[in-house]
Amino acid sequence: MDTAYFIHRLHFGFLITFHYLFPQLTMGLAPLIVVLKTLALRTRDETYDNAARFWMKIFGINFVVGVVTGIPMEFQFGTNWARFSQMTGGVIGQALVMEGVFSFFLESAFLGLFLFGEKRLSRAAHWWAGFMVFVGSWLSGFFIIVTDAWMQHPVAYTRLPDGSYQVNSFSGLLLNPWALLQYAHNMSGAVITGAFVMAAVGAFYLLNQRSEEYGRIFLRVGVVAGFIFSVLQVFPTGDLHGKYLAKHQPVTTAAMEGLFHTQKGAPMAIIGQPDVERQVIDNPIVVHKVLSFLIYSTTEAEVRGLNEFPRDDWPTNIPLLYFSYHIMAGLGTIFIAVTTLSILLLWRDKLFQVRWLLWVIMLCLPFPYIANTAGWLTAEVGRQPWLVYGLMRTAVGYSSNVSAGNGLFTLLGFMGLYALLAIFFLFLVHREIEHGPGLRPNVDPQPITVAGD
Amino acid sequence: METVWFLFVAFMLVAYVVLDGFDLGAGIIHLFIARNNDERRLVLRAIGPVWDGNEVWLLAGGGTLFFAFPLVYASSFSGFYLPLNMVLWLLILRGIGIEFRMHLDNPVWRDFFDGLFSIGSSLLAIFFGAALGNVVRGVPLRADHYFFEPLWTNFQPGANAGVLDWYTVLTGVVALVALTIHGANYLAVKTDGDLGQRSRATARRLWPLLALLTVVSCVATLFVRPQVTKNYTEYPIGFLIPAVVAGSLILMFSANRAGNDRRAFLGSCVYLASMLGGAAYALYPTLLPSSNPGVADITIHNAAAGQYALTYGVIWWSIGMAIAIGYFVLIYRMFRGKVTLQQGEHGY
Repeated sequence: MDTAYFIHRLHFGFLITFHYLFPQLTMGLAPLIVVLKTLALRTRDETYDNAARFWMKIFGINFVVGVVTGIPMEFQFGTNWARFSQMTGGVIGQALVMEGVFSFFLESAFLGLFLFGEKRLSRAAHWWAGFMVFVGSWLSGFFIIVTDAWMQHPVAYTRLPDGSYQVNSFSGLLLNPWALLQYAHNMSGAVITGAFVMAAVGAFYLLNQRSEEYGRIFLRVGVVAGFIFSVLQVFPTGDLHGKYLAKHQPVTTAAMEGLFHTQKGAPMAIIGQPDVERQVIDNPIVVHKVLSFLIYSTTEAEVRGLNEFPRDDWPTNIPLLYFSYHIMAGLGTIFIAVTTLSILLLWRDKLFQVRWLLWVIMLCLPFPYIANTAGWLTAEVGRQPWLVYGLMRTAVGYSSNVSAGNGLFTLLGFMGLYALLAIFFLFLVHREIEHGPGLRPNVDPQPITVAGD
Repeated sequence: METVWFLFVAFMLVAYVVLDGFDLGAGIIHLFIARNNDERRLVLRAIGPVWDGNEVWLLAGGGTLFFAFPLVYASSFSGFYLPLNMVLWLLILRGIGIEFRMHLDNPVWRDFFDGLFSIGSSLLAIFFGAALGNVVRGVPLRADHYFFEPLWTNFQPGANAGVLDWYTVLTGVVALVALTIHGANYLAVKTDGDLGQRSRATARRLWPLLALLTVVSCVATLFVRPQVTKNYTEYPIGFLIPAVVAGSLILMFSANRAGNDRRAFLGSCVYLASMLGGAAYALYPTLLPSSNPGVADITIHNAAAGQYALTYGVIWWSIGMAIAIGYFVLIYRMFRGKVTLQQGEHGY
């Protein structure tokens, strides 16, 4: 692979992977904060207000990192992927500018009101500000998914003689079936992150025997939301998305599953390492006929393996794709198990006493991040070698006028800067969790540090 | 239709410079005019609820350029690869400078983020000014409409110019001074007491420098790119724009002397808008001039997206922007008036 091409791919991959650690919590936490605000409004119980304020602080820190790492994303289309932007700007430029016009303005305007305006607004108006932040962040996600969905499954375009792609149906672009499926699956994944983070902090408080009143609220909201969305993540969103993928990118499905040869009643590999050279799965643990059933709803259906497709069209990094997919699916299963057990115990009023489960919930905190990242890797690595599926190869899309050296220079710069951001983020969030919700015993006389209070 | 989108893009960028300009300007003078923790908190409170929204205009403006003129977006963003990435780094550092400072009540922590905010803002002002200078001067386009500019070569605005040459450094300095005054005018409107006084004094002291730089940069532009007069001579109504620039300078001067901060701020808003408007008037219909004699400019005609997208875009873009402007009116009204350090205001 050409070095410059490799660097530009790594550049985009690194920036987007780091960035998406933050919006997933923004989008996942926003509806849960609205739930807390709603409970506060309904019950007039100050505890829920404090609980909401606590999460607003973490939301605020998270939002800042999401915003500052998000700005480079829009620029990167032009800086590192100029050929792609030139050819497809007539289509995806539409979705990207709609994100700016319809959601960023909304988000930024109401975030200020939400985080800083509580004393100026009535309770209902403050609830609305929170709700609008939620709407803004979810709209923003939608336009990004529309952009990605067009790259996965191009629709509603015409090709001009100069080779560029132009949108020819506005509604066709926005209602791309791929986009709707991917959006549902992705947003559900974001709520899982929000729910698991909230529940993990709740478990931490209970295990620490502090702020227990709040710990119980966080666990209740986190476990209920976590359960609902872990189930939705698999069925129907994951199921439908998987079937649609198998229909339109069958070679991706085959590579994800490590299915090298066409088979009737195809098995699903649960564990095993793909050996692309020898075209086998090493150390496999397989469940027979499951893959056929998942894709075609019948155990005997024939599933096409990689052998049916020209080698040129195989995803370029099959092991990475295979593991991303398996990690995502495996963790998704674990989320269902953990939340089902938790919700049963919650219903029986025992959850708060079962310490080993609280430990599990607390230690689950990183896993939704890993699952969401792995899910995106599955989608994007699975799309290779195409930049726009079936239309444009990735190798022709990068900025050939930007040398590998210049690309590496800025990549290293971002890596250093993002390391710094990560340290600050963890430090500040840790501090908020240490302080805990509600009144603080040792508040200094000048309440400078008490954002929003 | 292309002309409509040229106007939209120009409008977005003008709005960005006028709006984010004052919080950049506040950042530039942050270390100098706000001398203790309370004053620095006041500066941050004055811009706190709005800076993020102001910055969205840059994103939405870039997005609009991408959507309406994909070729110029692709060519200029990759050609200005290094300075643009540095702008991104500065935006990141400045953003956390504003938002992370309040979280820890520790003087070293606060000073660190004050420094990030101020240095980031100053460098951004220079970069933006230099970027505009590059666009006016032209870039060494190749036959395929792409180019790549090193950060500097010999500091001459010739055929193999870098991002920085004496002309673009000059436009960078103009931007730095103009945004400093703009930010000072804003802080004079938003704050009382010593801080307000110092802001007013800053704007007053820098005014002669700005007036001088304005004249020098206009003359330099004629020298570097004589073609800029073409639209003005063909459609002399354009000469109203330099007249407005001059008027805004006079307005700033007199309002500042009279202690009318709001009017002085209006003056710097009009100054920035008319300077940029003048550049846009001179460039039209060119988006990115070529300094390479054999290669044509990138214009609104050879860079535009398809007609369907542009036609439908006018509808949803206008609706979206009308709503966005509505938010801005709402937010600025909510947070109008002088900022104070009272408890329960907001968190900076």
